[in-house]
Amino acid sequence: MNQDKKNTKKVSRRSFLVRGGLGTAGVLALGTYLFRNPIRRVVAGAINTADAPFSGNTDTPIVWFEVTTDNYIVLHSPKVEMGQGTFTGLAQMAADELEVSMTQMRVVHANSASGNVDGFATGGSTSISSLWMPLRELAATMREMISSEAAKKLNVNTSDLSITDGVITGGGKSMTYAEAVMGVKDWKVPDTPKLKSLSDYKFIGKPIARVDLNDKVFGAPIFGMDATLPDMLYGAVARPSLIGAKYIDANTSKAENMPGVVKIIKEKDFVGVVANSYIEAHNAKDAIEVEWETDKNWSTADIRAMVEVGKGKAYVIQKEGHPDESLEDPTETIISEYWSPIGAHAQLEPNGALASVEGERVTVMISTQVVGLTRDEIAKRLDLDKNEVNVVPTFLGGGFGRRLHTPNAVQAAVLSKAVGKPVKCFFTRKEEFQNDTFRPPTHHVLKAKLKIDGTIEALEHNVSSGDVAFGSPIVPRIAEPVLGADLGAWRGGMIQYGAIANYQAISWRVKLPFATSWWRSLGLLANTFAIESFMDELAVKTNRNPAEFRLAHIQDDGRGKRLKSVIEAVVEKSGYSDEVINGKAMGFAVSTDTNTPCAQVVEVSIHEAEIKVHKVTCAMDPGLVVNPDQVRAQCEGAIIMGISAVLYEKMEVVDGALTPTIYGPYQMALMKHAPKEIDVVLLQGAEVPGAVGEPPLGPIGAAIANAVFRLTGKRLREMPLNLDKNIVS
Amino acid sequence: MTLALTVNSTSHTIEIADENTPLLWVIRDMLELKGTKFGCGKAACGACTVHVDGEAVRSCSYAVKFAEGKQITTIEGLGDEKNPHPVQQAWIEEVVPQCGYCQPGFMMATAALLEKVSSPTDDDIDKNIINVCRCATYYRMRKAIHRAAALMSSLPLPESQNT
Ligand code: FES
Ligand code: FES
Repeated sequence: MNQDKKNTKKVSRRSFLVRGGLGTAGVLALGTYLFRNPIRRVVAGAINTADAPFSGNTDTPIVWFEVTTDNYIVLHSPKVEMGQGTFTGLAQMAADELEVSMTQMRVVHANSASGNVDGFATGGSTSISSLWMPLRELAATMREMISSEAAKKLNVNTSDLSITDGVITGGGKSMTYAEAVMGVKDWKVPDTPKLKSLSDYKFIGKPIARVDLNDKVFGAPIFGMDATLPDMLYGAVARPSLIGAKYIDANTSKAENMPGVVKIIKEKDFVGVVANSYIEAHNAKDAIEVEWETDKNWSTADIRAMVEVGKGKAYVIQKEGHPDESLEDPTETIISEYWSPIGAHAQLEPNGALASVEGERVTVMISTQVVGLTRDEIAKRLDLDKNEVNVVPTFLGGGFGRRLHTPNAVQAAVLSKAVGKPVKCFFTRKEEFQNDTFRPPTHHVLKAKLKIDGTIEALEHNVSSGDVAFGSPIVPRIAEPVLGADLGAWRGGMIQYGAIANYQAISWRVKLPFATSWWRSLGLLANTFAIESFMDELAVKTNRNPAEFRLAHIQDDGRGKRLKSVIEAVVEKSGYSDEVINGKAMGFAVSTDTNTPCAQVVEVSIHEAEIKVHKVTCAMDPGLVVNPDQVRAQCEGAIIMGISAVLYEKMEVVDGALTPTIYGPYQMALMKHAPKEIDVVLLQGAEVPGAVGEPPLGPIGAAIANAVFRLTGKRLREMPLNLDKNIVS
Repeated sequence: MTLALTVNSTSHTIEIADENTPLLWVIRDMLELKGTKFGCGKAACGACTVHVDGEAVRSCSYAVKFAEGKQITTIEGLGDEKNPHPVQQAWIEEVVPQCGYCQPGFMMATAALLEKVSSPTDDDIDKNIINVCRCATYYRMRKAIHRAAALMSSLPLPESQNT
């Protein structure tokens, strides 16, 4: 499995470095060994494992751990915390190898000056899995280094030492880690020690409470929007409402006289205001008359017409047997179509940044998933060395892929430079909705031929989608010709039923006139909606139980075994039945994302044409689970976010503008729409942790649509699922 | 103009040019209490919910002039680590937050609801807790609301699945 390969490199010995600091007994740093060329990874991993690549480039030592004088361990996380619980999982992994208690662990974001930032991104459900081996190895190495210093200070053999909660005891004496590291100049780096066995871990595998829980319950100022600096001013940048709008020029005369305005800044590509308060900055910005150039007055119909299978460029991303020949005869081929709309990220904390440019030095505090890229873009725009720019990530008020490109940091830096003071510059909600990097709309055409015995002879999935990966600057443009198909768009789009003799998946690429990119789980949501709805159609056509129908088409290899296990587990736990009981029907679907299979059964009723999800049973096999409570939390959140996307969410294009521009009209799941029961079953079919945050978004759409079919006999083929008002059940 | 405000039982006198400035920005940027969040500025998400004389109010759409002479409570005043409000205690016990950005607004809305309806039904919760959480932590929030209600009265505590 791809995961294992990625995790087997060893800590490089020469790259350890320890230095002292204020209130810090010691800092442990090391050169990184995780990083490798992103394009190579993308190409290598593209076909079967759609892992987002974890890579980057840095040769300088980077800070991972600090030991404070009061014997806390501060872990500098290269991954950002956006709600997924990564800080907690990483703390568990480090604490177990370090022999400290959870209460001694502190986790902070690494900043770009400390070096320990992920050269690529936080995303793709890889944070825990990619650090599983390296972080534990680092922690174990540090533990050995500290105990050998303690042995010297205590004048005993290392073999006579024992460690509990960061206190080293031997020969009747003891000392804390802090005392052991104090004053050490020359550290001896041992060979990477053997890691403990899984059964010896005290924290890994346990439902430890989130390390950021108190901050988030008591309202600590931890988000990008909360950042402040002395003398800070507020910025606002004019952003277009119309698709494809290019900034030409601006008349700022009215804005100049607005209250609180400090300066209007006109650049070649944008116009912005700096003022004394958020409100004054945005009021003045609204008074600027901006000249935008647009080429066309786009509509939803235009966009829909572009995203059609058969248009754009086709790439066969998966092929087995002879699907073309098998599906040649139209009279024997079953064909169905499905659609999904444009989706907004709608994360609660708007994008923005606090930038401070002092001469050659730039500090930017920001909620971002791409610390390195943000630093590079600022350095480029201000013509500075990258080392002069320190990007300090804050907690994210939601990520979901929206912050995999944060060029607004560049604008904040430009504004700060223009006024010589720190400037905090945030989007309004309307600007957020109209300048999002949207989930692209999709169109799917599925084809199948059945054998006499009711099993599938041939299956084909065509997906046409706007760009996902290719819409993002973290995937280098030169990767496009190498990859051909957009790996984000076809995520979840391949056929997971390896026992079918003939099958293929074809990805059709469309370039849309507005930005489309990563949205939690990428293509998985829409692709699984289409494929698993179609599988349900075939099961109904052949009179088979939908779960048994899937099982009959799964191959007997390792992947197939895990897939079968989640299906069997969800059926057993939910008591799946095709019957409609008390106005409620069940729906089943299953998906495989980044090696994590996930099966779901939903219980649905319909009241006055409104689809209501009462209960979701979810069986998932993400491999080894570091924190079962947080994995459950990710499942619960992903399921409800999925319900939101499948039943309610939809952006339209009206008179050239993306709309709606506010919560409410952009309808999302609220408390009243959330199922009252969510039952999560976790299986462990692998010895290493796999993807968690996105896979549970896969099955939910089809599971709901399949339940609606059992209630109404109507097959809903378009997200958001919408029942004709006059259908009663 | 000068306005006198009482926030979390502390009196403040502020100088403000525009008395129609939303209370949210006064709380966040003048009084430096960052726990109250900006999500939409249009009373559509609830991230900015505070209490004004015990009522849940969306402070992004509430002119500061209306707050004069009233008791304002923000998440920082609801409780602290030593002395958590039962709602905060329940939120901790159910491990509700994910990204956490929406959570202060939800806790403030919940605390106000429980003052009126001490033991809300699921229906009461659905009708009254109408903030937006993009991480979709609603499932645990509902459990936490019931738990908070139990903590505040002598009802038996619901069993927690977490931790
Ligand atoms: S910020 Fe006030 S309701 Fe959204
Ligand atoms: S916890 Fe992230 S928006 Fe609610």
